[in-house]
Order: sequence, then C-alpha cells, then structure tokens
Amino acid sequence: MIAIVDYGAGNIFSVKNALDYIGEECKLTSNADEIRAADEVILPGVGAFPKAMQMLGESGLADVIKEQAKVKPFLGICLGMQLIFDKGYEFEETNGLGLIPGAVKKIERVGMSIPHMGWNQLEFNGECPLLAGLNGDEYVYFVHSFAAECDDKDVAAYCDYGGKVTALVYDGKYVYGSQFHPEKSGESGLKILKNFAGLVK
Amino acid sequence: MLAKRIIPCLDVRDGKVVKGINFVGIKEVGDPVECAAEYNKQGADEIVFYDITASYEGRGVILDVVREAAKKVFVPLTVGGGITTVDDIREILRAGADKVSVNSQAVKNPQLIKEGADIFGSQCICVGIDAKKIADKRWTVFINGGRVDMKLDLIDWVREIEKLGAGEICLNSMDADGTKEGFDIEMLEAVCNAVTIPVIASGGAGKLADFPEVFEKTGSSAALAASLFHYRELTVDDVKHELKKHNIPVR
Repeated sequence: MIAIVDYGAGNIFSVKNALDYIGEECKLTSNADEIRAADEVILPGVGAFPKAMQMLGESGLADVIKEQAKVKPFLGICLGMQLIFDKGYEFEETNGLGLIPGAVKKIERVGMSIPHMGWNQLEFNGECPLLAGLNGDEYVYFVHSFAAECDDKDVAAYCDYGGKVTALVYDGKYVYGSQFHPEKSGESGLKILKNFAGLVK
Repeated sequence: MLAKRIIPCLDVRDGKVVKGINFVGIKEVGDPVECAAEYNKQGADEIVFYDITASYEGRGVILDVVREAAKKVFVPLTVGGGITTVDDIREILRAGADKVSVNSQAVKNPQLIKEGADIFGSQCICVGIDAKKIADKRWTVFINGGRVDMKLDLIDWVREIEKLGAGEICLNSMDADGTKEGFDIEMLEAVCNAVTIPVIASGGAGKLADFPEVFEKTGSSAALAASLFHYRELTVDDVKHELKKHNIPVR
C-alpha cells in the first residue's frame, strides 16, 4: 500500500486518481502509524514552501517522513519534491526535510515567463528506476516557479527552460523527487508512477 | 523547450457536450467524460470543459463531470463558465481541475483574478476573453458569451490581466469563431506582443494548416478548438503530426 501524505496542501486527489487508475492500492492519510505501515510514501503538494513545512512540522509528519524515507521508497511530487531539500527560499529562508542536499530557489531566466508551466522534455542524467521503459524523449507536465539546485549526481533528469531545470532527483537509495506532475503527464507519467509502485514488488 | 499545446474544448450544457457556431444553433451530442477520455487517447495536452450557458443563466459549474473526468484523464483539466467567486474556484479545483478559466466575471470584477492568483497561484488562473475587431488594429472585449460589448480595449485588458497575476490568457476571436477560416492571426499577434504570459489561440480552426500557421506567425503557446475535434474532422494526433512536419515542438 502506498501512503499519500495528506497535510492540507492542495490537489492531492489527482495523485490518488492516477494510482487508482493503474490499479495500485493507496490511501490518503495524515496518520503517522498508517505512513509507517505503508510500503511506500508519496508526498504530493501544491502551494508555498514555508506554509507546507509549517504544516508538516506542527503535525509531526516531518519527523515521520524523515524516518520513513530511510527505510522505504519515498516520492515527493512538485512542492513535495522541493521539500526534500535542505532549504527553500520562497518568501523567506525555510528549512526543508533535508533528505537530499540542495536548495530550492526562484527560477530566474532572461526572457522566460514564470511559472514554468507546460509540457517539457526530459533529459536523462544517470540511472533511475523510475525511468525504466521510457525512451528519454518524453514530455512531462510542469507547473512551478521555484526549482531545486543540487549536486548533479542526485539528478536523474533535467529539462531545458532557458537553461537546465532539475526535473527528477534520486539519491541512489530510497528518495525520489519529481518536479513535474507524473499524475498529469499522460501515459509517460503513469509509467513513472507504475515504476515507483513496482519498486517494492 | 516547452511543447506547443493542442487543447480540445468541450462546451458543456446540462452535463452534455454541445457545440455552438458563433454561440448560436447549439447541437447536443455526447458524454463529456467519454469525450475527454477520447481526446486524452488522441494525445490532447490539456482539456477544457466550458459550461457554456452558466454565466448567462447563472448555473453552477459542472463539478460532477470534472470529478469523473479526473479519474480517467491524466492531463491538466481546465474548467470555465459561470465562475464568479473565489469559492467557485476552490470548488472546481477541489473537484479535480487544475485550472479555471474566468471570463465575464473577470471583466466585471478584475479583483477576482488577483484574489484567485494570490490564494491558488497564478498557474490556476486562466482568463478567457471574447473579443471582436472594431477598427484597424483595435478590438473590444465582450462578455456573457459574446452578448455584451464592454467597450473595453483588448490590449489594455490583457495588460491589466497580466498585472493582476493571471497565469494564462485564452483569447477567442468572435470574428473567426465558427468560420473555420483559420485563427485570428492579427489579433493573436497583437496580444502576444503585449504580454509575456502564455496565450491560447481560440476560434477559427478549420483545417490542418491553420495550426502551424498560428504557431509560426504568432507567439501563441497553445491552440484550442472545439467543433473541429468534436465532429472528428481532425484528430489531435493529426494536428500534432502536421506540427512535427513544420518542426514545431509538440508532445
């Protein structure tokens, strides 16, 4: 069972809809015991970094996630992906979950409109089990104004938006993060979610 | 680089898909959820549900349609028509939509754009515009499904929309809509030059060649069509093949 962490951020149903559609058992939950009992954890999220960390902190879920991401596959999506880094700089400097070293900063590219919104092409950068069966030229759906800056070795895929943008990260163990929305990325996105679910099978 | 998007629009009334020509002569055909699933299969990059009579008759939006579509279609969904308050936006997003398209009410109460963008993020707020040419290089904005001329200059309006925090503009040319003679290149170019946010071209698509034309001659980020796809004169896939031939990036 995949626990989808419900911490009050928007748009969590689309992740559940996508997992239901591909036949993967999942549950929206804010209960620490259910998250601990799950085989895998997904942290979705749309919204702002400081507010999300505040909600995760106050509910105690931040600690549960940090502990569980060491022992089972964990996938952060969009804001959920940004939260896995050390720090975020949306409105103010905020500590993240610190699962992968790096910081999340405003995208600043000359002549490019922000948010970076739409279908952009993945450029693979190293091995990642979530990309199994993909060709390397797939388009996936992005909506974000901030992006992760981290070590190249943790980046599984970039996309190009007036320069490289971190699209998918993987720490080589249990922690995955996708800046794009696999649950809104058509067949390619469903394949990525299927690959994530398949990690424990 | 971002792919240019092809967006089928489903005009919905009473939970059924309809398509009007110049907003009159409405025919009723089809289940919107099934239509959306079919467009998804064809490779649609986004799907718009437009509650065509909502703003006119004050009907609520089609939350059930969105809820069901969100279970089967995994590309962004946009809902427009009859949105008047921040609560309307919240309900639609909660039902599973990714964006809303506000039109008449945005003109009557521009603060709705700002409030919506502040609360839900710019990416959720698309402003739909119906505009008509009144003189050389001059267009005005109409509301209530093209029934009321607001005597509002189009270029002034798109600049204001951008300032208020809208994430996108969906620009429908009332002159081109229903004619199948191609997109309104002149009007689209004027708007694309006036703002930096993405512009969706709407109204007038009638043949394959209209799609490369709109992307080659204007800065539009996406092209929207309703009846053309609805009556299967073309599929989304046909359009994308044509765009690829012209080296226009598509998914």
